Amino acid sequence: MSFLKELANRDKVFNFLIPEVSPVDVRHGPILYLEDVSVSFDGFKAINNLNLTIDDGELRCIIGPNGAGKTTMMDIITGKTRPDTGSVWFGSRHNLLTKSEPEIASLGIGRKFQKPTVFEALTVFENLELAMAADKRVLPTLTAVLNGECRDRIDEVLETIGLRNLRAALAGILSHGQKQWLEIGMLLMQKPRLLLVDEPVAGMTEQEMERTAELLTTLAGKQSVVVVEHDMGFVRSIARKVTVLHQGSVLAEGTMDQVSNHPDVIKVYLGEEA
Amino acid sequence: MWLTRPLAERSTRTFLGVLFAALVIVTVLHVFTPQDSALHVSAYTVTLLGKYLCYALLAVAVDLVWGYLGILSLGHGAFFALGGYAMGMYLMRQIGDRGTYGDPVLPDFMVFLNWQELPWYWLGFDMAWFAFAMVLLAPGLLALVFGFLAFRSRVTGVYLSIITQALTFALMLAFFRNEMGFGGNNGLTDFRDILGFNLRTDATRLGLFLATGVALAIGFVICRGIVTSKLGRVAVACRDAEARTRFLGYRVERVQLFVFVISAMLAGVAGALYVPQVGIINPSEFSPLFSIEIVVWVALGGRATLYGAVIGAVLVNYAKTVLTGVMPDAWLFALGGLFVLVTVFLPKGIAGLVFKPKKAAAPANNPDSQEATV
Amino acid sequence: MGIIRLLSQLLLVCSLFWPGFAQAQVEDTEAQQLLTALADSSFAEKKAVVNRIASSGDERARGWLESFASNKLARIESSGQFIIVTDNRGRDWTVQSALTGENLGEFSRRDIDTVRVNNALRGELEDILSVIDLKSPDQSSRLTAARALKGSVDSALAERVPGLIDSEQSEPVRAALTEALAIYRVAEQGDLAAVETLSGSLNSQARAALQQAMRSDDPALVAAATKAMDSIEQKLTLNRAAETLYFGLSMGSVLVLAAIGLAITFGVMGVINMAHGELIMLGAYTTWGMQQLLPGQPGLALILSIPAGFLVAALAGVVIERTVIQYLKGRPLETLLATFGVSLILQQLVRTVVSPLNRTVITPEWMSGSVMINEALSLTLNRLYVIGFALVVFAGLMLIMRKTRLGLEVRAVTQNRAMARSMGIRATRVDILTFALGSGVAGLAGVALSQITNVGPNLGQSYIIDSFMVVVFGGVGNLWGTLLAGLTLGTINQLLEPWVGAVLAKIMVLVMIILFIQKRPRGLFPQKGRAAEG
Repeated sequence: MSFLKELANRDKVFNFLIPEVSPVDVRHGPILYLEDVSVSFDGFKAINNLNLTIDDGELRCIIGPNGAGKTTMMDIITGKTRPDTGSVWFGSRHNLLTKSEPEIASLGIGRKFQKPTVFEALTVFENLELAMAADKRVLPTLTAVLNGECRDRIDEVLETIGLRNLRAALAGILSHGQKQWLEIGMLLMQKPRLLLVDEPVAGMTEQEMERTAELLTTLAGKQSVVVVEHDMGFVRSIARKVTVLHQGSVLAEGTMDQVSNHPDVIKVYLGEEA
Repeated sequence: MWLTRPLAERSTRTFLGVLFAALVIVTVLHVFTPQDSALHVSAYTVTLLGKYLCYALLAVAVDLVWGYLGILSLGHGAFFALGGYAMGMYLMRQIGDRGTYGDPVLPDFMVFLNWQELPWYWLGFDMAWFAFAMVLLAPGLLALVFGFLAFRSRVTGVYLSIITQALTFALMLAFFRNEMGFGGNNGLTDFRDILGFNLRTDATRLGLFLATGVALAIGFVICRGIVTSKLGRVAVACRDAEARTRFLGYRVERVQLFVFVISAMLAGVAGALYVPQVGIINPSEFSPLFSIEIVVWVALGGRATLYGAVIGAVLVNYAKTVLTGVMPDAWLFALGGLFVLVTVFLPKGIAGLVFKPKKAAAPANNPDSQEATV
Repeated sequence: MGIIRLLSQLLLVCSLFWPGFAQAQVEDTEAQQLLTALADSSFAEKKAVVNRIASSGDERARGWLESFASNKLARIESSGQFIIVTDNRGRDWTVQSALTGENLGEFSRRDIDTVRVNNALRGELEDILSVIDLKSPDQSSRLTAARALKGSVDSALAERVPGLIDSEQSEPVRAALTEALAIYRVAEQGDLAAVETLSGSLNSQARAALQQAMRSDDPALVAAATKAMDSIEQKLTLNRAAETLYFGLSMGSVLVLAAIGLAITFGVMGVINMAHGELIMLGAYTTWGMQQLLPGQPGLALILSIPAGFLVAALAGVVIERTVIQYLKGRPLETLLATFGVSLILQQLVRTVVSPLNRTVITPEWMSGSVMINEALSLTLNRLYVIGFALVVFAGLMLIMRKTRLGLEVRAVTQNRAMARSMGIRATRVDILTFALGSGVAGLAGVALSQITNVGPNLGQSYIIDSFMVVVFGGVGNLWGTLLAGLTLGTINQLLEPWVGAVLAKIMVLVMIILFIQKRPRGLFPQKGRAAEG
C-alpha cells in the first residue's frame, strides 16, 4: 500500500520520468578523450592508432591533407562509424562507443557537416526550431507548443547568424554561405558542450569568415569547439592549439607556429623529400 | 492542441467543407429524389462512392508515410486487408446459424472443411467492440513489429519498399491457404448484418457511406495534425536528411515507427469500412499489385499534400470503374501508362499543377542528397 | 525335324561365307520355317522350337517371342505369311510383317490365325527372353536386362544365372546379375552368404528381400539382414540428401538466372527495374516464337533462342532505359513506380497480342529424360542443363565485368559518374549498354525458364519478388553474393518443402529474408568503405 501511496504522491517526480541526461564529468580535465582508435574500410586504414584529448572549453583546430581521416574521426565521435579498436570517452563518465547518434547528440555533442546539411523543405525558422534543445521524444514532439521564450531564443540566434530577414524562407533557397551559417545557428540552438565543426568557412566571403572566426572564439570557453579546416588563414586567425592529422594518426600538435615549423608537417604539406 | 490546430487552417477547412458538402448532396439526392429522376443517386452509386472514400482514406495513410516520411511502403494493402479481415470475421460471426450449413458458431467454410471448433484467433470476434479494436490493433501490431525491426536496423529507401512488398506477398500466400482459417481462396463473404442493421438495405448502405466520409474526415484531420506539428517537421527532416536529424538528437527510428503505425491503423480502418460495402474480403487485397496501385493514386494526386491523395484515389478509381466497364483490356495499359506518365512528367501530381504550394513541404528532388542514393 | 536342323546349320555356315549378310539375321526361309514349326507343333513340342528360335541369334527373335507370348504373333491364312499384330481392337487388325517389319495395313480378324500359346509356355518364355537379352552382344542391353532381373529371378532362372555370371565379361553386368541372384537366394532360400552381397544395395527388391529375411526364424540371418539393412538405410539417407541438394541447386540456379540480370541493373547501376520479370517473360516468349518459326525442330529453335532471347530482351531494355529510366536518374523510388507501370503494359501487351493463356514450349529430346546415378537417384536432364546454363551465364557476366573495357567503364561510372565523364567515358552510352546487358541476361533466363515452367503473361510477375530477394540477400553490387544467395535460398526452400509444403516453405523463406535484412541490411556480402556509408 505504501507503494501505491508513493505513486499517488504528486509533488514528487519519479526517477523514470527524469530525462536521462547526466552531466558531463569534466573534473579530470578533458571533455573528449580518444585512445588508440583504429578503423579500416576494406583494408584501408582510415584511422590508425589515433590518440586525441580535448580539454573543457578549449578551441582546437584540426588540419591535415585530404584522406588524413578528419571526417572519419568526426564520424566516430558522433557515433556514425564504429571503430575497430580503441576507446572514446566524453568526459570521464560516458563511453561514446556504446551510444547511438541521438544519444550522443543529447549528451551535448553537436556537429556541423562538411557539406552544409540543412532541411531544405523547411523554413529557416523551422530549422532552428527543430535544433532547439528540448524533449526530443516522439510524443512530446507531437504535442510541443512553441512558447514565447523559445521564440525569443530563436530570434536571438537568427540575429547572431544574420538571417533574421530570411526567417520565413525555405532553407533550400539559401546561398552556400547562408546555409553554413544556418547550420552553425542550429548548433547554437542545441546548446552543446562540445561542437564539432567541419570546414565552417568553405564558400564564405572574407567578411563572413571574419564573423565566423569571431563567433567561434566567443563560443570557446563556455563550450569546447573542434574545428576541422583547410583554410590556413582562418585557422591562424582563431587557433590557439592545432593538431595535424596524417594517415589516420596525429603527426604534430602545438601552436600554429610550432606545427608550421615542424619538419614532418612541412614534408607532408610540401611533399619535400627528407 | 495538435489535433485542433488543423481545424484553424484554411486548407483543412476547405477540404472538410467540400467533403461534407458532397456527403450531404449525395444523401439528399439519394433519399429525397424519386427513383426515376435524372438526379437520383442509386444505392449502387452510394456504395460505389463509399468504396472510393475507403480508398481515399487508404491513400491518405500512404501519403502520410511516403509524402512526409519518405517511406515508400509497397505493403499498405496488407494493413488494409488485415483491417478488412478483422471486420470480415465480425460480420461472419454475425451470420450465426443463418449460413448454408446452419451451424450456430462455425462459419460455412469451416463446416465445409470439417472443422470441429472455432480456432482460438476467431474467439471474441462475435463482439463488436473487440472486432473494432482488432481493426486497429491487427494492422497496428504488424506495423509495430515490422517497423521496429526495419527502422531499428535503418532499412530505408528502396530496400524497405522491396521488403514491404515481400511482406504483403508472403501474407497473400498465407491467406490463400485453407489451413489458415480465413476462408482460403474465397475469403469471407455472404455477410448479413452489421451492429444489427441488415447490410442489404439501402439505409444501411447510406449509413456506411456516411460513416466512411466521417472516418475520412477524422483520418485527414489526424494526419494533418501530425504533419503540422513539430513532429511533422521532424518527419520531413528525417525524409530529407536522416543523418542530420539524428545528430540533432531525434530518434529517427521512433519517429518513423510512430508515423508508420498510425498510418497502418488508418489503412486498417479503411479496410474495415470497405468490407461491409463490397460484401467480401479475400486474399487478393494482399496482392502486391494492389499495394503499388495505391502509391500511384498518391503520386497522381500529389505527394505530401494529403488532399492530393484523396483526389488521386477518387480519380483513378473512377477511371477504373468507367474503363473496365467499357473496354476491360485497356485498363492495365492505362494504369501502366499512368505510372510512367505521372513519375516522368508530373512529379508533383495534380496538386502541383493546380495549386502553387505556398510552403513547399514537397520533397526536394535533389539527386545529390545522400538519402537519394540507393 | 532333323532336316530343319541340318538346313539351319548349313545356312549358318553359308552366312559365314557371305560377308554382306548380317550375322544377327538368319535367312528368311529359315525364319519362315522356324515360325511355321512354332505355329504347327503341339504345345509339348513348342518349347523345343522356342529354344531353337532363341538360340538362333537372330535379332528379330526377341520380337517374335515377345509377340508370341502376348498372343500377337499370327499367320495370314491365305498366304501363310507370319505377322505381328500391332492393334487388335475392333474387327480389322493392323499388322506388320514378322520378317521384314513392313507395315501391311489392316486385315480382317477372320483371315488371321494366331499362333497359340499357353500359360506354361508363357512362363518359360519370360525366362527365355531374359536370357536372350543377357546374351545380346550389346553390353548396354545386357546391363538393362540384368538390372530388370532383380526381383524376378525364379527357380528355373536361378539355375542358369550362375553360368551367365561366369561367362560375362562386363563387370557392371556381372555385379547386377550377382545381385539379382542374391535377392532370389535371400528372399526364397534365406541364404546367409548372399545377405552380404545385398549390403549397401539401393535396389528396392533387395530391401524387400532383406525385410523378408529379417522376419525369418534364424537369428543369425536376422542379425545379418538387419546389419545389411542399416547400411542400406545410411546410403539411402545420403542419396535423399543428394537429391534434395540437386533440387535445391536446380531451383537455386533458376533464381540465380532470374536475379543475375537484376544484380547488374539494380546492384551495379542502382536502377530499380520492376519490369525485369517481364523481360524474362519476353525471353521465354522468344523461345516459343522461335519454335513456331521452326516447326519440328525444337532443339535448333531452342539453341537459336539463346541469342534471340538475349537480343529481344536487351532491345526492350534499351527502349525502357531511353524512354523512362534516364529521366528518373537519382530518384530510385520513382524509377520503381515507373518501371512497374512498364511491366503492367508489357504483360497486357502479351495478353492482347499473343494470348492470355499459357503457351507450350516443347522440350527437345536431348533435354528430356534423366541421368540415373544409381538405383535410388536419378537427375532430370532439363534441370541439369539449367544448372549448367546458369553457371555459364554467371561466368560470362563475371568475365565481362572483370575483364572487358565495358566492365571497367561500368564500374567507373557507378563509383563516380562525374569523374568517369571527365576522363572521357561516355556515361550515357555506358548506362545504355549496362542496362541492355542486364536486360539481355533476363532474356536468357526466360529462355531457360521456358524449359521448366509454364510460359504465360504472368511468368515474370512470379519471379520479380524472388529476384529482388536474392539480390538483396546476397548484397547489392556483388555478383558472387547473388550466386551464393540464389543457390542458398533455393536449397533452403527445398529443404523446408517436404516438411511444410511448397507454399509455407516459400512464406518461411520470405520471412527469413525479411528478418535477415534487419540483421544485415546490406546482405551477405556488403560493400564496405566510404562509398557505402550514408
